Amino acid sequence: MIITAALLAAFAFAGTALVAGMHDATEERIADNERATLLRTLNAIVPRELYNNDITSDIKLVTSREWLGSKKSITAYRARRDGKPAAVVLTPFAPDGYNGAIHLLVAIRLDGTLLGVRVLSQQETPGLGDAIDISRTNWVKSFDGHSLKNPDELGWHVEKDGGIFDQFTGATISPRAVVKAVHHTLLYYSKHRNELFNGGETPPGGEHG
Amino acid sequence: MADFRAITRQGLWANNPALVQILGMCPLLAVTTTVVNGLGLGLATMVTLVLSNGTVSIIRDWLKPEIRIPVFVMVIAAIVTAIELAMNAYVHDLYLALGIFIPLIVTNCSIIARAEAFASKNALLPSMLDGFMMGLGFTLVLVVLGSMREILGQGTWMADAHILFGEAARSWKVTVIDDYKGFLLAILPPGAFIGLGVLIAIKNVIDARGAKAVRQMPEPIVAGAEAEARA
Repeated sequence: MIITAALLAAFAFAGTALVAGMHDATEERIADNERATLLRTLNAIVPRELYNNDITSDIKLVTSREWLGSKKSITAYRARRDGKPAAVVLTPFAPDGYNGAIHLLVAIRLDGTLLGVRVLSQQETPGLGDAIDISRTNWVKSFDGHSLKNPDELGWHVEKDGGIFDQFTGATISPRAVVKAVHHTLLYYSKHRNELFNGGETPPGGEHG
Repeated sequence: MADFRAITRQGLWANNPALVQILGMCPLLAVTTTVVNGLGLGLATMVTLVLSNGTVSIIRDWLKPEIRIPVFVMVIAAIVTAIELAMNAYVHDLYLALGIFIPLIVTNCSIIARAEAFASKNALLPSMLDGFMMGLGFTLVLVVLGSMREILGQGTWMADAHILFGEAARSWKVTVIDDYKGFLLAILPPGAFIGLGVLIAIKNVIDARGAKAVRQMPEPIVAGAEAEARA
């Protein structure tokens, strides 16, 4: 009985040792990979020449259920050039997708124009609503360069609702949710611009804007 | 060597985990939307099977029957976690593409089934070979099903191969049907069920033809080998 228990404990110990050893050996590389993947995504919408800080660690957590689509806090990545704010990348949710919330990446230049929008994760219908994803169509690029004033309030809808953004044949709900979420994010930004760039975690030794 | 040949036949055909044992359906049906995803998960499952069968075979003499199953579960979970960490570190894009299905290899019944049915009763080398062949049989089904669904669903073959084989593989993509509009059913879960059903049916037809041919051939040696392989 005791021997059986000791045997089981020994196997548990060996298994845990294997996992711990592997974790130790790969931890750094995994962290590097995750940072590289994030940076690649961020650089796809924030031009590299716009900033020279470490954008992946210059972050701030912000919460706004009304404007950012989640009661949980979301991450804001801040791009600065020589310590001066240049752009911010927010990660809001479009809570009213066809099949659950759509997680977005919204990059806004300091002056409030959109640098770009990407879908981080979504469960929209394959072949219909998933056209919001850049790997399927370029639809999401139609946000580039727009701002709260361009178009005006009425224009921030899909065409079917009188706005300027395309919907897809057979799928209006997904693009409608994304347009609304991007619009809300811009409204949030216009109200909280200064707070977004102040406080939070700044990179070690980095200047504060 | 006849033993090794029988193990090979069992894993690849006669007792194929996906087509005969119908095990590991969750990953099988979920990730076979493209060839590369299927291949990636198949290879990860194969490595898991070889390592878990090998480990179980080594410890089989110390093992007490009453703690057999918890030890198997622990061995498999530790190996899968280690593989998951290694994939996250060295094939990060594939890790992102396969997502939840790597940790779910733990729940693939074919792994604990091989540990219990084969590795706990056989020596190290045959056990590892059994793991390899069962894994290969599983991988082949994943690749064939992935090919069917990818070609029918989006008209391509081997798209996004770079997530498994590195940047050089980006050009491996074959556009089978130009200007294809896509066939949604093949990509959606029902396409996986229908595809797997077709594969199982094809295998059964081939087996039935084979059995008929054997019956018509009066040579006892062939029939004997057949019976042995099926045992």
